[in-house]
Amino acid sequence: MALLSKKDANLILDPLADNNPITIQVLGICSALAITAELKASVVMALSVLFVLGAGNVVISLLRNVIPSKIRIIVQLVVVATLVIIVDQVLKAFAYELSKTLSVFVGLIITNCIIMGRFEAFALGNGPWKSFLDGIGNALGYGVILVIIGFFRELLGSGTLFGFPVLGDPVTKTGLYALGYENNGFMIIPPAALIVVGIVIWVQRSRNRTLIEEA
Amino acid sequence: MGLKEKLHTFRIKNQDKKWFPVFSGFHTFLFTPNETTHNGTHIKGADDLKRTMNTVVMSLVPCLIFGMFNTGYQHYLALGEIEPVANGFLSAGFWTMDNFLLGLWKVLPLVIVSYGVGLAIEFLFCVIKKHEIEEGYLVTGMLVPLIVPVDLPLWMLAVAVAFGVVIGKEVFGGTGMNILNPALTIRAFLFFAYPTWMSGDKVWVHGAVDTAGTADAISGETVLGSLAQGAEPSYSLMDMFYGFIPGSVGETSTLLILLGGLFLVFSKIASWRIMLSAVLGALSMGLIFNGVVDAGWIPEYSKFYALMSFEYWQHLLVGGLAFGIVFMATDPVTGSQTNQGKWIYGFLIGFLSVMIRVFNPGYPEGVFLAILLMNVFAPTIDHYVVRGNIKKRLKRLKTATIYPKASDEVDALKTETA
Repeated sequence: MALLSKKDANLILDPLADNNPITIQVLGICSALAITAELKASVVMALSVLFVLGAGNVVISLLRNVIPSKIRIIVQLVVVATLVIIVDQVLKAFAYELSKTLSVFVGLIITNCIIMGRFEAFALGNGPWKSFLDGIGNALGYGVILVIIGFFRELLGSGTLFGFPVLGDPVTKTGLYALGYENNGFMIIPPAALIVVGIVIWVQRSRNRTLIEEA
Repeated sequence: MGLKEKLHTFRIKNQDKKWFPVFSGFHTFLFTPNETTHNGTHIKGADDLKRTMNTVVMSLVPCLIFGMFNTGYQHYLALGEIEPVANGFLSAGFWTMDNFLLGLWKVLPLVIVSYGVGLAIEFLFCVIKKHEIEEGYLVTGMLVPLIVPVDLPLWMLAVAVAFGVVIGKEVFGGTGMNILNPALTIRAFLFFAYPTWMSGDKVWVHGAVDTAGTADAISGETVLGSLAQGAEPSYSLMDMFYGFIPGSVGETSTLLILLGGLFLVFSKIASWRIMLSAVLGALSMGLIFNGVVDAGWIPEYSKFYALMSFEYWQHLLVGGLAFGIVFMATDPVTGSQTNQGKWIYGFLIGFLSVMIRVFNPGYPEGVFLAILLMNVFAPTIDHYVVRGNIKKRLKRLKTATIYPKASDEVDALKTETA
């Protein structure tokens, strides 16, 4: 007996690859560009969105039959804002430095298109368990891309991963730096994230040609 | 059967092979176009892409050779081993074997890496995409070593070339489809990725980086660099014009760039409209700045004062402005296509180049940024030029008398006579 039925499993697995919110639907790009210069920030952002989207989808799904459709956007905003404030306060309390790095982008989770998109497209029409799986799946799909971008940007841009120097020390010239290697300053600035996202999309589509849109 | 026919049959036989584009690339490079004029003089020449590219490369060769001499000259001059030359362009003290050999030793690797990496990627993409190899990289590969500082580590150049060719060109569909000038994309990448090797007062003269901080330290400040710091440059006007100044490898000699530009204009490869309007743009921005200084609107302690009071026409002699205008702005793929558009496009390149170099001492070289920016706007400019033309002609149509079609008259005659 599998833990999840095939249909339910697809709710989680689809957004990870063939229906990824970032690379296929091209949603949530702003935060993907803004906070991925460090892997740590990417992971925290991914976790925050995981919490907000998972919990938010369940709440909206539970309320779906009592929300008047005329004001549903406002209700959705209230739910997501509440959850985001919780995340923001927790970060400020337990990881102050990190919350300063993420600055406004935690608050801007409210406007992340992925979240409103899942509320509108899924949670309003499905039960809480399915909505929960869908929320987790989409947040993971978002998180995976964030971590990939963060990995390359931090590795190439700063020579570190999670702040640990993995390529040697650029100041005392050890490791790779002894050979003349230097950090790529371009990877630190947001345009580099755009190009990394582009390359991820490129790789994904050349591996699975059915994803390529008709010209 | 001669070699030529043998190769031709070989080519036909192996059309389906994976490596065919590579073979075909070399074959077309050496043996096409195969047509020759047999009679009549009405056919002037078959200027294909290859011919165009070769013409540009030829016009760049003087800059490259000068760059080699200048590399050695600047190095020995900074070390104090030779005296500054003062007998004009042909001074014997400049054109020495020592200067050339050092330059050759430093510049040739840049050329080889640029062509090696760029062409390898180009070939790879042709094999994957199964299309003919295009000669688009020939000019880029020659431009790149000329617009980088001489001491740039080769691996950085290789990374940048790979980036520029793949992201700047191949993702858009290869030669002729790119939005941005690939050579400038490569320079922009280097500039933002490795700023310590692309700007400052050390990188422009060979040896200055290695000796920095030691007792033998030498300076390699460019004219614009010293102006940005408010210092008077120590080079004479003629030095700037001839190119006996520190700078990127091949962009210093305004004289040779001018000759190359004339060659391109007369062979009708590059657009004189873009060149002329870019020069006008640079002059007018320079004049505006000079005017602001003359009017006393800017105090002398301002950090822009030195650059703003720099004589307006001298902007054309320093930095990469002349090189950019002649060889980069005129790129037919990324520039404007319409004649009116070319005037606007060129003017704004000159205008913005001078503006960026004065107002942004962080980027004392505004030319590449200005050209890349205008590359992005070129299609928009063309769009509005074309729209304007359509509007004008529609207006003309309103007042025009439209005669009946000839075929209608024939029909009318037929019915009359029937």
